Amino acid sequence: MTIETINRLWIEVCAVTDIPTRGARRISGTKRPIAIFRNGADEVFALVDLCPHKRGPLSMGIVHDRSVTCPLHGQRIDLVTGELMGADAGKGCAPSVETHIENGRVFIPADAFCA
Amino acid sequence: MSREKLVVIGNGMAGCRVVEEILKRDPDRYEIAMFGAEPRLNYNRIMLSPVLAGEKQFEDIIINGEDWYRDNRITLHTGQQVVSIDSDAKTLKTAAGLAQAYDRLVLATGSDPVVLPLPGATLQGVVAFRDIDDVDRMVAISGRGGNAVVIGGGLLGLEAAYGLSRRGMDATVVHLMDVLMERQLDHSAGHLLAEALKARGIATILGAQSEEILGQNGKVAGLKLKDGRVLPCDLLVMAVGIRPNAKLAQTAGLQINRGVMVDDAMRTSDPSIFAVGECAEHRGQCYGLVAPIWEMCRSLAETLTGVDGAYVGSTLSTRLKVSGVDVFSAGKFAGGEGCEDIVFRDAGRGVYKRIVLENGRLAGAVLFGDAVDGAWYFDLMRSQADVSEMRETLVFGQAATEGLRGLDPSSAVAAMADTAEVCGCNGVCKGVIVAEIVSKKLTSLDSVRAVTKASASCGSCTPLVERLLKLTAGDAVIEHRGSQPVCSCTDYGHGIVRKRIIEEGLQSIPAVMQALEWKTPDGCAHCRPALNYYLLCAWPGAYRDDQQSRFVNERVHANIQKDGTYSVIPRMWGGMTSARELRAIADVVDRFDIPAVKVTGGQRIDLLGVQKSQLPAVWAELNAAGMVSGHAYGKALRTVKTCVGSEWCRFGTQDSTGLGVRLERFLWGSWTPAKVKLAVSGCPRNCAEATCKDLGVICVDSGYEIHVGGAAGLHIKGTEILARVSTETAAIEMIAAVLQLYREEGHYLERIYKWMARVGLDSVVTRVVADDGQRRELFDRFVEAQSTSQEDPWADRAGGLDASEFHGLPVTLQVAAE
Repeated sequence: MTIETINRLWIEVCAVTDIPTRGARRISGTKRPIAIFRNGADEVFALVDLCPHKRGPLSMGIVHDRSVTCPLHGQRIDLVTGELMGADAGKGCAPSVETHIENGRVFIPADAFCA
Repeated sequence: MSREKLVVIGNGMAGCRVVEEILKRDPDRYEIAMFGAEPRLNYNRIMLSPVLAGEKQFEDIIINGEDWYRDNRITLHTGQQVVSIDSDAKTLKTAAGLAQAYDRLVLATGSDPVVLPLPGATLQGVVAFRDIDDVDRMVAISGRGGNAVVIGGGLLGLEAAYGLSRRGMDATVVHLMDVLMERQLDHSAGHLLAEALKARGIATILGAQSEEILGQNGKVAGLKLKDGRVLPCDLLVMAVGIRPNAKLAQTAGLQINRGVMVDDAMRTSDPSIFAVGECAEHRGQCYGLVAPIWEMCRSLAETLTGVDGAYVGSTLSTRLKVSGVDVFSAGKFAGGEGCEDIVFRDAGRGVYKRIVLENGRLAGAVLFGDAVDGAWYFDLMRSQADVSEMRETLVFGQAATEGLRGLDPSSAVAAMADTAEVCGCNGVCKGVIVAEIVSKKLTSLDSVRAVTKASASCGSCTPLVERLLKLTAGDAVIEHRGSQPVCSCTDYGHGIVRKRIIEEGLQSIPAVMQALEWKTPDGCAHCRPALNYYLLCAWPGAYRDDQQSRFVNERVHANIQKDGTYSVIPRMWGGMTSARELRAIADVVDRFDIPAVKVTGGQRIDLLGVQKSQLPAVWAELNAAGMVSGHAYGKALRTVKTCVGSEWCRFGTQDSTGLGVRLERFLWGSWTPAKVKLAVSGCPRNCAEATCKDLGVICVDSGYEIHVGGAAGLHIKGTEILARVSTETAAIEMIAAVLQLYREEGHYLERIYKWMARVGLDSVVTRVVADDGQRRELFDRFVEAQSTSQEDPWADRAGGLDASEFHGLPVTLQVAAE
């Protein structure tokens, strides 16, 4: 299913409940891999699934609060901005992808598929 | 009436301790001012070694914070060097021009490190080991790895080398004498120490005279010895001794020999000026160890509060602070005229003890490899007790001696005299500790430390202090060993968290976080895996494992690699395999186009480069050939390495392979605080390398030696012998029991050797070996936990469990359809 807002085409990717709480799923079929996260407060975030440090798959990390810890070297990334946190703050960013939730379904912009 | 002005020059350990001792006796007598040349608070210099080794932080070793000075109305001048004293006018001057009058003056100016006048001594990268700045410099250089050379094989030099080696440098100790720590150790102990250091990667060169420090671009590059050898290095530490700092005393015209000369009341040649600590010389002796300095401080405090102190010099005892190397020395350790020696050696355990008797009394002792009785011997020495009656058992230690005389070893603490010293560093005796525990209702080790200082310095008497606390406060004791919090989400340490999970019946991660007032909503990547493990261990079968609190490897049961692919290692029981298994592995490699196949150090086969989505299918095929997960990815039971043993080997004494297979089949699937590796060797030639595993078995003719606490990774550590048993079944029971004890007590990510260093081998032996009932209970709990843990995680997932974990969300862009 797709929905259209002003000048924007959104593609449905899954139901919120398809993502484990404090976990993530990876979307295949996009140009760059995209990770969709769901945290303990049921907020949903999406980032390009590459850690700015050494390109680790963030979708495999441990999700806590509004952040995820990369499985490769333990870098912590802000789920809202994609920025590295803590001692590495300002040293890199996993581009964030907008999300839209409607009736418990998760949508991302169509352009995120080609970017 | 205005109070007398007491000025203390030196804000180090001695200076502060004198003031503390005075305040204890007469808090309102003096108006106190202190001058410190270092621009910081007072810290515990003897703990610099653990800071260098990365075992403690600077904050951990601060003795008195700013509030101490404020609360006691002490004026502290830091970063202020006193340059002269006018003893006639009773004033002193600082480098900045400040003048200060005194009624009484205490010199606690300490000592300076001796710098050898070698060519190149001023090169960058040549450091002493004296203060926290030196430590910072060493830590900075060690970050780049490389070689370190330490000149000086005394206490300080060895601790420096150990710290640098822990920090990843290759360390070499160059010592002028032919025995390490020759002022404390005899030849035998010195030799064992050199061997123990070698096993920890620290080389020693004895009888070596340094000739020149070589440099390159202004930086140190190597040390040239007299015999022509050149030792390349990136860091050179001089730890060749200290020299009392008596420069200031000179300006006051005081009598000086090696140090500032003092009488038994710690008074210098000027009746208003006193000296204490490393700068002082008393009856021809200068001291550099902490215990005598505390004794001087007490005498001086007595002098300054009315009664002239009567310091008569100190009996010295020394302990080396190198983890896992137990060394103690005291008194006339090398014997001499009119002395008798009692020597005990146990080559298997690497133990050497030498007790020196003089006229039926203990005159000295050297202990290597097992120094738990150091304090007891030291006590006997100082009390000058007649030991002729216990001569036969003396060398076996307190437990054996008093056990044979009808005392239960565990009641030894209760039987200690009130005047017996518990903490040598701070001179605290049993009576004081017990009195404070009772009067202040103390219930934790930390509070006992804060009030009495017992075990607050080197920490080697911690077990004794804890036993006293348990004995005195009973059930009220709060266990608080590691004061280090689990992570920044909480103030509680691992021990307390584990204890409260059990006591309060906490059954889930959110329940723990609620009850212990976690500061973050859902923890972090440090505490969540720890809590998940603690709950799993506390409530086997009942707790529902939280997959999202597991590190990815344990979630997908494979090892993530740098490119996001995974490695798969099936179990090969005891390292045995078969044509059928190998054929199945080969087929899997072909079918899934697996790019790399590697034989591991744990006697198994690793398939590298498997895509995550392929994992369930790969496992299904391996399962079909009878193979299960090797848990090579987990904080879990990994592998049991074996040699071929009596089945094939002409030296084999027992069926090591068979025992290894039995062990692995019994233990597999068990989750543990950190990874656990085992090995079984069929004879002491030890081809399976069992003495560097977490748990090892060495088969001998008479049965099985059970080894614990080895490691050969980031740190290299040989095992210790836990027990000797005569049957396979007894060996398995012993191993399962010790593993269960570790499962129940270990801090998350703490390997067995670290857990053992924390609780002490004795405590493990007491519970697992000596107490049959307790061992049986541990064994039963392990069996119970295993009853729900031996399901192959691969089979479950090949059958569809957590399927979404292994597949991405299949979304395709179909804009054209709009």
